[in-house]
Amino acid sequence: MAVLPEQVIYMDNNATTRIAPEVLDAMMPYLTQFYGNPSSMHTFGGQVGQAVNQARQQIADLLGAQASEIVFTSCGTESDSTAILSAVQTYPEKNHVVTTKVEHPAVKNLCDNLETFTGRKYHTTRLPVADDGTLDLQRFKESLTDDTAIVSVMWANNETGVIFPVEEMARITKERGILFHTDAVQAVGKIPINLAETAIDFLSLSGHKLHAPKGIGVLYVRKGTPFIPFLNGGHQEHGRRGGTENVASIIGLGQACKLAADKMAEENTRVRALRDKLEKGLLSSIPKSLRNGHPTQRLPNTANISFEYVEGEAILLHMNQHHICASSGSACTSGSLEPSHVLRAMGVPFTAAHGSIRFSLSIYNTEAEVDFVLATMPAIIAKLRVLSPFWEENK
Amino acid sequence: MWEYTDKVQEHFINPRNVGEIENADGVGNVGSIACGDALRLTIKVDENQVITDAKFKTFGCASAIASSSMLTEMLKGMKLEDAKKLTNDDIAKALGGLPKEKMHCSVMGREALEAAIADYTGAILPMAQGEVVCECFGVTDLEIIRAIRENSLVSVEEITNFTKAGGGCGKCEGKLRALLAETVEGLPAQPLGIAKKKRMTTLEKIKKIEEVIEREIRPTLKKDDGDIRLIDVDGDFVTVSLRGACAGCHSSRTTLKEYVEKKLREQVSDSLIVEEDK
Repeated sequence: MAVLPEQVIYMDNNATTRIAPEVLDAMMPYLTQFYGNPSSMHTFGGQVGQAVNQARQQIADLLGAQASEIVFTSCGTESDSTAILSAVQTYPEKNHVVTTKVEHPAVKNLCDNLETFTGRKYHTTRLPVADDGTLDLQRFKESLTDDTAIVSVMWANNETGVIFPVEEMARITKERGILFHTDAVQAVGKIPINLAETAIDFLSLSGHKLHAPKGIGVLYVRKGTPFIPFLNGGHQEHGRRGGTENVASIIGLGQACKLAADKMAEENTRVRALRDKLEKGLLSSIPKSLRNGHPTQRLPNTANISFEYVEGEAILLHMNQHHICASSGSACTSGSLEPSHVLRAMGVPFTAAHGSIRFSLSIYNTEAEVDFVLATMPAIIAKLRVLSPFWEENK
Repeated sequence: MWEYTDKVQEHFINPRNVGEIENADGVGNVGSIACGDALRLTIKVDENQVITDAKFKTFGCASAIASSSMLTEMLKGMKLEDAKKLTNDDIAKALGGLPKEKMHCSVMGREALEAAIADYTGAILPMAQGEVVCECFGVTDLEIIRAIRENSLVSVEEITNFTKAGGGCGKCEGKLRALLAETVEGLPAQPLGIAKKKRMTTLEKIKKIEEVIEREIRPTLKKDDGDIRLIDVDGDFVTVSLRGACAGCHSSRTTLKEYVEKKLREQVSDSLIVEEDK
């Protein structure tokens, strides 16, 4: 049974976002009339190349970067792989990588399997996090060695929204002559970023997390940072990434970045207020519920709440009955049999980890939607707790 | 998103027989909160050895709740003797099937039933006496061997789907493989189903396909005056030509998909796609 867009209350924006109407409008001409190849010699193609470069500038503006530092890719995962593999190939004599225990699988699984790609063994330091999901900077400093090829630390965590001090970490890394990559897929568009004032070498972003389409990503490569391409081929992206440009999506991403810059204040005021209302409301109306992640050092749109003694998939499916879309870190939804690696790294007890729900908002959410969710959730949790053999003895 | 049957969804949204029977004759507690699912089953048994009432409390996902609900519905009015014979597959079938990754939910139902019956009869549960193989989920060798036998499991992945063993840190994978080899007669020490990690080379694949064709497929087709020839193997795409009476037979497509492809998938690799060279 299909669910229509107008029926849903979409609070799963860290998974993906709707394409902004302005973004789609900007894209349409490049899906219809202006189909030329940006690399062509003729004006019909060349003008598309100009539009691509205008989008490149819009993206650079949001990031505080130069247009020449923007490399288009197919997704956040490709950007992550490109950056990390470039760094380890640049320093073949180094065999140490520093990352965290809470990275997205795009970084986590790559770091686990570096040997497969390079044929060399790597020692990987995975920095632990505190109970509130934050990193210990001292411990980070101590992890760096002369053997370290790259540090890859996410800007903001996708599950909890907790923000890491990547600007400071990049500075420390730079002093040691080590490359620094950040997976900023969740951060871009939600919090202000000014790369010109940082020492970050590589930054990954993904279009579909900020109201552009799926299938477009960016790798920011700082001017002067050594770079080895992941996809070899034509001269596109100045030889940094072969393959004909995904023109319409690039145009869309440019427009989305411009919109994000325009809406940054709203994201950090109205959306934050909605998130806070949702979070406070849930925590106060539902007993034995708790917030996962630092209260303030966090993205404005994300709330990760655990409802103890009930299981996340069951909660999500009841929410689904009301067309409320969210995510869970429970085992049953993670595709494995264990709950989220992020919550486990934070030491969230099993009683809570299995019952965690992530609500992630966007500028399209309304207060009425938050009110509806607040009115609906207590009954769902209560119904499941009646079923739970652990509830009576722990309530 | 899991694809649950209407029956699973219905039992999940409107679970039957929720709660605990006061002064129950038998109580079965299985699973734990750390494992992500747990079930407490209480039953009432009358003097004729018939289960007159069954109630459950479950912590877990939709399929765990639906399996528990269905189990209690099946048990009410059932003779104890019959209840002892109930398998996890009976529960799954009654729900119209479960996603394969969720079969352990039906196994949990059966385990709770056994525990409740053992509690009633005063017997000691044999399954709990085994040696723990999977430490993450506390699964014993006896439980694993039983799941392999009752459900004809052939791979470590299937063991994980049915018992959760191996689904955590994965350190017990070797032990699971050994148990599988010991339990399943005629299964090579490296069972086919777990060839997932160590991929076959194309050469190995061609050799195996040829073997299966020679040993099983051709003799069967010959009985109907048909014949088969292997033309090409490209990745998972296997091209064959059907000859003799098979060529032009209006059911040759069925022979190809239902017999040839099925056999090759069973014995070589379950991702093979067989097409006819025309």
